[in-house]
Amino acid sequence: MTETTPESRQSEALSLVPKAEAAQSMKDFKSDQEVRWCPGCGDYAVLAAVQGFMPQLGLAKENIVFVSGIGCSSRFPYYMNTYGMHSIHGRAPAIATGLASTRRDLSVWVVTGDGDALSIGGNHLIHALRRNVNLKILLFNNRIYGLTKGQYSPTSETGKITKSTPMGSLDSPFNPVSLALGAEASFVARTVDSDRKHLTSTLQAAADHHGTALVEIYQNCNIFNDGAFEVLKDKQQAQEAVIRVEHGEQIRFGAPGEDGLGSKGVVRDPATGDLRVVDVAEEGTDALVVHDAHADSPTTAFALSRLADPETLHRTPIGVLRDVRRPVYDTDMNTQLEAAVENHGKGDLGALLAGNDTWTVAG
Amino acid sequence: MTNQVNSPAGQHPDADEPAANGTNRTNGTNGTVPDGDPAAVHTPGKSASAKEVRRLDRVIIRFAGDSGDGMQLTGDRFTSETASFGNDLSTLPNFPAEIRAPAGTLPGVSSFQLHFADHDILTPGDAPNVLVAMNPAALKANVGDVPRGAEIIVNTDEFTKRAMAKVGYDVSPLEDGSLDGYRVHEVPLTTLTVEALKEFDVGRKDAGRSKNMFALGLLSWMYNRPTEQTEHFLRTKFAKKPQVAQANIAAYRAGWNFGETTEDFAVSYEVSPATTAFPPGTYRNISGNLALAYGLVAASHQSELPLFLGSYPITPASDVLHELSKHKNFGVRTFQAEDEIAGIGAALGAAFGGALGVTTTSGPGVALKSETIGLAVSLELPLLIVDIQRGGPSTGLPTKTEQADLLQAMYGRNGEAPVPIVAPSTPADCFTAALEAARIALTYRTPVFLLSDGYLANGSEPWRVPEAAELPDLRVQFAQVPNHRLDDGTEAFWPYKRDPQTLARPWAVPGTPGLEHRIGGIEKQDGTGNISYDPANHDLMVRTRQAKVDGIDVPDIEADDPDGRAKTLVLGWGSTYGPVTAAVRRLRRDGQHIAQAHLRHLNPFPSNLGAVLRRYERVIIPEMNLGQLATLVRAEFLVDAHSYTQVNGMPFKAEQLATALKEASTDD
Repeated sequence: MTETTPESRQSEALSLVPKAEAAQSMKDFKSDQEVRWCPGCGDYAVLAAVQGFMPQLGLAKENIVFVSGIGCSSRFPYYMNTYGMHSIHGRAPAIATGLASTRRDLSVWVVTGDGDALSIGGNHLIHALRRNVNLKILLFNNRIYGLTKGQYSPTSETGKITKSTPMGSLDSPFNPVSLALGAEASFVARTVDSDRKHLTSTLQAAADHHGTALVEIYQNCNIFNDGAFEVLKDKQQAQEAVIRVEHGEQIRFGAPGEDGLGSKGVVRDPATGDLRVVDVAEEGTDALVVHDAHADSPTTAFALSRLADPETLHRTPIGVLRDVRRPVYDTDMNTQLEAAVENHGKGDLGALLAGNDTWTVAG
Repeated sequence: MTNQVNSPAGQHPDADEPAANGTNRTNGTNGTVPDGDPAAVHTPGKSASAKEVRRLDRVIIRFAGDSGDGMQLTGDRFTSETASFGNDLSTLPNFPAEIRAPAGTLPGVSSFQLHFADHDILTPGDAPNVLVAMNPAALKANVGDVPRGAEIIVNTDEFTKRAMAKVGYDVSPLEDGSLDGYRVHEVPLTTLTVEALKEFDVGRKDAGRSKNMFALGLLSWMYNRPTEQTEHFLRTKFAKKPQVAQANIAAYRAGWNFGETTEDFAVSYEVSPATTAFPPGTYRNISGNLALAYGLVAASHQSELPLFLGSYPITPASDVLHELSKHKNFGVRTFQAEDEIAGIGAALGAAFGGALGVTTTSGPGVALKSETIGLAVSLELPLLIVDIQRGGPSTGLPTKTEQADLLQAMYGRNGEAPVPIVAPSTPADCFTAALEAARIALTYRTPVFLLSDGYLANGSEPWRVPEAAELPDLRVQFAQVPNHRLDDGTEAFWPYKRDPQTLARPWAVPGTPGLEHRIGGIEKQDGTGNISYDPANHDLMVRTRQAKVDGIDVPDIEADDPDGRAKTLVLGWGSTYGPVTAAVRRLRRDGQHIAQAHLRHLNPFPSNLGAVLRRYERVIIPEMNLGQLATLVRAEFLVDAHSYTQVNGMPFKAEQLATALKEASTDD
């Protein structure tokens, strides 16, 4: 695999999408529809971040499409003044795949939730990631079913008491980042609704990525699962709970140590190959793992994703975990079409219909 | 009989198996033996071997063997030879769902029936005049369909005690007298093939595998078929293994020579080209699935929209996916999805982007796609759903034919979700039906069902290749500019502001500046397309979507009623066209007055259908289901239609259908 810089990826991911003729503002991306999420919902923050970030891309907004499934977050396209489709439960990645495969001049975004993407639409999600179609998937994870009023979701912690699980849920949750890495995703990131700056930079990285990008956005449902991510948001707790990863930087977190950086770090256990957390003061910095989002192998990214405790969310990695270059489905599909024309000439309908075995009946 | 568009039976020349008045027959055969011994006239032998050559007007051959014996290939080759010779023909492949069922068993038998004639024919024929049985299982499974007096060629090499015991023959059927009424040719096909190939560097087992080519050669001699094509085919097919090509050609020639020299085969037959059956033009043989795939490519060409197929492999529809995947130089994109739902989802996404979106499947796949079809109804985007029907319910009979998805296509969705339905009537007609389905989808911005079936999909017939000028213009106009002026004077784009004529909504594709809009499966406000839960608006939208489909312009149906004296009308749809027409011809030949009409459009029905039905005292509807069209017709027109049904996985036999129609039309 050739090493490429993020800059070259950027140009490739969006190279076929026409640019805006004039400077854009956030207002250009707001539709005339009243936003109808519950007051205080984390979705508002994500919507504002996306609307605020879109002008940075500088793309003609008629060439931007948002496709969603079903769920609270899937109302998203109605609020974007771009092209959009609010489809059916779980199917947005499939629909977006057809659109992105035929229209490489579009910037296609999928908006989905934990139920939409990981339960009813799990199959489409993993296959979109595997194919690496040029689309960006924003997975709003609130660890609960909101639109159906509060059942547990495939990312809810085990034992969760909800309307449908009065004695506690029995199933183990998915870790969406681990799942995406296992599904051969070429870009996987995680961010949080309340961190506008991090959210925006993650969206930018996703937009620059050529291929399918999965961005898991932890999003608070203040009605049915309020505070689910508090541990990551509360400044004090977040020091221990959040592991921010940056490409090329040592992985450190926790209260600042002597050098002003995190007092904890991540090292590889030579015996198991797994990652573990150490006190930097005790172990020094030499053995600390340097985050490589562009590593060919997803192994370290996967190990990083497993540091998170599914119950408490302690040691949750945030940031771009993986960003690699690999063949892009719609690009290759187009290449095959071009090669077919090159090898066999442009299709001749008359010749096709006649075939090689004909006979003539004279008049 | 080939590429009729929107035409009921009446447009056909009055000719059939056997013909009504003998005009298309080359001899004066007694027409009362419909499918048995192909009555022959003796003609002076002109073969070099001075063997007798008899002329026949039509022949039905069935090749039967183990699923590994290559019977489908053998049948295809004989069909190709016959097509190029200029006969009219119709084929019926019949094979098990298992790729390799246990060898030598009854479930593992694969067969291929071919009916060819010097005149216009409509079906693959009821009963074979010649059965080629490659093993005891093939004999046992097929002999019941073969009338006494017919010829049976058996491969005696396979009639071992063990092989016979496997299918329950305690005593050899070749010795116990059970085949006495037949003209049996006992031929050690395997031995002869191995013998013929002993010069070649192939093992005994591999040599034996060419026995199907030996059989093909023998039958090609018997019916004076041209051989050049098959030899060319073998050379091309095995271009990378010239040794194999040579061995197969040698086996093929050996089969021919065997017929020529052995005394067991004293007579060969000629079936003249069906010159009068075909209007002038260039012809080829074509199967339903191939014609359907070509129809889709043609629809893309004629609409100037790129074709996008989202599909998941399923019998008997996969061949359409295979075929379209070969035509990337036509801009055809084929997407093998992770499941049926993704297949249609991707097609719908492509349609949103301005492509001609298509999904191909069979009944079980339609069940999975239903929710997305409902979405397409709500989004009002063009989309083709091709359902190659097979036996159901559930997995049912994957390789057998049935017409039992009509009500699924009609009603199989939540809510009021009307979808137009088009059904081809013959294999070649799949081409024009695909174009017609595309016309409706593109004109009215709606998903459309194309209901083919396993019989049409795998069956084949000659097809007059259309000229470019004969194809319909399917070009569409995408919305380019705002279509509505708001009260304050600003221009806006309303995605659900309809064409007053067709009720179609504008198709504004992403990339069009100023027309940015959002659509979805939630009920939307008339005009603006914004989410609306308003009761009166929902009522209006439901009725408008229905009115749009009801208002689709479809051609009138014509009843074929030659002398206008019929009191009974037979109404068919889809693939029953051949057998129904053949049955009706038989009845007319016997002096009965019977009218026939055939439906291509099942939703909406032709606007004159009710009037046509009411002209007759009795309406009979033969279907390969339990009366689904009859149910629709009764509900729609309050006509007391009689249903005649068959769900055995096979098409109707003309003779059987004729008897049933005769009974139903005289029974009070």
